[in-house]
Amino acid sequence: MTELAAYTTSTGEAVQFWVLGTVAVIGALCTILMKKAVHSALCLAGTMIILAVFYLANGAYFLGIVQVVVYTGAIMMLFLFVVMLVGVTAADSLKETIKGQRWLAGLCGFGFAVLLFAGIGNASVNEFAGMGKANAGGNVEGLAESIFTKYVFAFEITGALLITATVGAMVLTHRERTERAKTQREMSEARVRSNHLPPLPAPGVYARHNAVDIAGLLPDGTPSELTVNKTLRERGQIRDVSNEALDDLRALEQRSADRLERSPKTEEASK
Amino acid sequence: MNPVNYLYLAALLFAIGATGVLIRRNAIVVFMCIELMLNACNLAFVAFSRLHGNLDGQIIAFFTMVVAAAEVVVGLAIIVSLFRSRHSASVDDASLMKL
Amino acid sequence: MENLIALLVAAPLLGAAVLLCGGRRLDRVGHWLGTLLAAASFVVGAVLFADMLGRGAEERTLSQHLFSWIPVEGFQADVAFQLDQLSMTFVLLITGVGTLIHIYSIGYMEHDERRRRFFGYLNLFLAAMLILVLADNYLLLYVGWEGVGLASYLLIGFWQHKPSAATAAKKAFLVNRVGDMGLSIAIMLMFTTFGTFAFGPVLEATGETSEGKLTAIGLMLLLAACGKSAQVPLQSWLGDAMEGPTPVSALIHAATMVTAGVYLIVRSGAIFNGAPDAQLVVTVVGAVTLLFGAIVGCAKDDIKKALAGSTMSQIGYMILAAGLGPIGYVFAIMHLVTHGFFKAGLFLGAGSVMHGMNDEVDMRKYGGLRKYMPVTFVTFGLGYLAIIGFPGLSGFFSKDKIIEAAFAKGGAEGWILGSVALLGAAITAFYMTRVMIMTFFGEERWRHRATASPDQPSAEPAAETHGEHDEPHPHESPRSMTIPMIVLAFGSVFAGGFFSIGDRFMHWLEPVTRHDHGHSPLSAATVTGATMVVLIIGVALAYVQYGRRPVPVTAPRGSLLTRAARRDLLQDDFNHVVLVRGGEHLTRSLVYVDHTLVDGVVNGTAASVGGLSGRLRKMQNGYARSYAVSMFGGVAVLIAATLLMRAV
Repeated sequence: MTELAAYTTSTGEAVQFWVLGTVAVIGALCTILMKKAVHSALCLAGTMIILAVFYLANGAYFLGIVQVVVYTGAIMMLFLFVVMLVGVTAADSLKETIKGQRWLAGLCGFGFAVLLFAGIGNASVNEFAGMGKANAGGNVEGLAESIFTKYVFAFEITGALLITATVGAMVLTHRERTERAKTQREMSEARVRSNHLPPLPAPGVYARHNAVDIAGLLPDGTPSELTVNKTLRERGQIRDVSNEALDDLRALEQRSADRLERSPKTEEASK
Repeated sequence: MNPVNYLYLAALLFAIGATGVLIRRNAIVVFMCIELMLNACNLAFVAFSRLHGNLDGQIIAFFTMVVAAAEVVVGLAIIVSLFRSRHSASVDDASLMKL
Repeated sequence: MENLIALLVAAPLLGAAVLLCGGRRLDRVGHWLGTLLAAASFVVGAVLFADMLGRGAEERTLSQHLFSWIPVEGFQADVAFQLDQLSMTFVLLITGVGTLIHIYSIGYMEHDERRRRFFGYLNLFLAAMLILVLADNYLLLYVGWEGVGLASYLLIGFWQHKPSAATAAKKAFLVNRVGDMGLSIAIMLMFTTFGTFAFGPVLEATGETSEGKLTAIGLMLLLAACGKSAQVPLQSWLGDAMEGPTPVSALIHAATMVTAGVYLIVRSGAIFNGAPDAQLVVTVVGAVTLLFGAIVGCAKDDIKKALAGSTMSQIGYMILAAGLGPIGYVFAIMHLVTHGFFKAGLFLGAGSVMHGMNDEVDMRKYGGLRKYMPVTFVTFGLGYLAIIGFPGLSGFFSKDKIIEAAFAKGGAEGWILGSVALLGAAITAFYMTRVMIMTFFGEERWRHRATASPDQPSAEPAAETHGEHDEPHPHESPRSMTIPMIVLAFGSVFAGGFFSIGDRFMHWLEPVTRHDHGHSPLSAATVTGATMVVLIIGVALAYVQYGRRPVPVTAPRGSLLTRAARRDLLQDDFNHVVLVRGGEHLTRSLVYVDHTLVDGVVNGTAASVGGLSGRLRKMQNGYARSYAVSMFGGVAVLIAATLLMRAV
């Protein structure tokens, strides 16, 4: 890896490129085609890791590590956090609302790719200088030398930018309290006034499930939405298993009846 | 293999990212696609660095990452506040430009 | 002395301004003021005339430069007057006859509540006509020309409450506009040809100008003359112009308006002399009109329209004479002057008759009026004798000379023109005798006009059964009307003789118009004899037709020619079919083109812009993604363009 060829790469790198490159393109395509934002984020993370490998392959050791640590590790996680905040399962309907948008976008993207390819193909980039000389004193040392001498002002300004971005993010997400927070007393009073004095029922208490998204069943077998978290309720993500539960109950009764050799008919008749 | 293939890969990823920006409505995914485009650019910069045999390309890629980080912070904050006020992360819902 | 020239114009112009702007305060004195100013103009004219006579023949031209009108580099228009013998003749005729008509109108319009305005218009008419004849350049002449057109429009349509009068005025104006177009084109041609339009330089420069240009100018001038002088083919307005009050008819026919065309041609004599083709056309127009008017005059039962036909015919004589060139100019003007006298007299007489007959104009409802209107009868009769060319009276001298001159033209043309003129004289004698007999002789048809049956004997006066208000009471007109008639009758009788004896008039005008005796194939005596013969034939025919037999009250159907002549020889039908219909079709097609093509283009543009906007509007859908696509597409196009440019 230290001796990067001027015209061609080593076979190992070629194999690596074709294998990982294919995966990277698939990941990119999945990023834009996956229905759920979480999947998109994961695919993107995969693509980014492959890019990190490519950075390493190109002699950008520092950037490769930074790509993994900062990008994939920090930024993509930030994305995942936001996805979680906004709604993990809020599936993005892929149905296009703007007429012709998808076609136009596809055409533009394809055309743009063709143009870029044409541009690259036109450029005479047959001779690669290779990183051997540049990385002679160590990649990180070389970068550091440049950053703290040649690009020191840009670097300082980047610092200012980051601080600004941090403050900006705080300002944007900070919510000013517009009303006084309720005291414990007020909250308990409000609770007494409402119909639910005891705590809300737990999900799945009367059923055979204890998942948070499955409503507990009332004595008559109907599900109670109150047992499910409010957020899930609002998103309409309650799984209704009441019918299955009732079927299960009926099957159990049937089995016990069979065992006790009592027919449901006689039972009905006795009633 | 000619290392110029990295540039083709970068171009392809960039085009895919751009198409994604255009066809996705979820603001977060749109953002991810932008990140993809930035990364494609970074790959190109790194490849150029190798082409020229100096570190300037890598430094620019490094700065791009920093700026991208700042951008992601602010962008995500915007998405969060947007979601809070409009209960939606769809970019189409914010079509206020046309009354 | 030349400073007085402006006064000629100023007096009636002032009268017009005062009378038309003065308002009702002047109602009681307006007619006197108008008459006074017209008379003042005549007096000034007479003073100038006396002065002119006191100088030698070649020094008689006076000119007065009032002010520079349009002083532009290479284009100099002045308001300047020129008074020579020709203008002087017209000035005296216009102001003299005009004044008499003013006096006559005092009586005639006595009961019209808008009499002040009428006199204002009359003064305006005189002023415009004086500008026309006094101008020393064609542009100022054009001002007067248009002023005459305006005044005639106002006067013909004076009783505008009658739709027929309003229409007649409009018709006169429109037909005149056609002629005016000719004059304006002629002036433009003159300016491009000579670089000026002052009479002096233009007429002197004709010698060095090509015949083609002169012919073009001459034909345009002829078109102008046709419009104003009611010559074929622009004659149709004259008959309808009778809708105006009778003094207006007298003024138009005798002193002003129709004489303008003759004046124009005689004044532009030098141009016509250089353009024989134009001259030929002039003579042809004159000859055709001469017969046309005479034939129309034979068929009309309306006394004024019969006289109008006669005017047309007599002006035809003048145009014919003017077209003959130097042989005829003098006679054209002489006939114009004598015609001014007797035609004014005839019209005033006709007005007097109408005045006494409750404004009845149908001659078939006249008859035997000589007993009731002796003065009118005598003056009208003298005018009649003058116009038919009774020996010794005005018309005899002037018309005879024109016929002679026509023969003197020489060649086949001369024979044809002379014969036409002779034939015209016969027809003139016929129709004027007809008018005379139907009006003043024969049975009193007005007495049983209500029964309307020519077969019933007139023993029983219809008045007994139909009430008295139905029947007119013929009576002599007031003195203000008869005096002008008497004066004009004197003119009708003596003017011709006065002019002709010793060739006075010829010597008087010769310095301006030049004169050429020509070579007549016939001796003067022969022509006079022939004229006498045709005169007697015409009178005799009329006498047999109308004097010996009773005149039916309702017009008989008549022959095809009579019916055509009653309809003014189908001139209106011709105009209607050719011009009105043609114009309508042209307009319709233009409207169609306008609606389909022009509107189509305009509306189509608007609609396509609108449609395009509607489409483009959809692009502005407010979706950021949509805008992003266009941005992205734009970037792609830019890159493509850059690459292409680099490739090329």
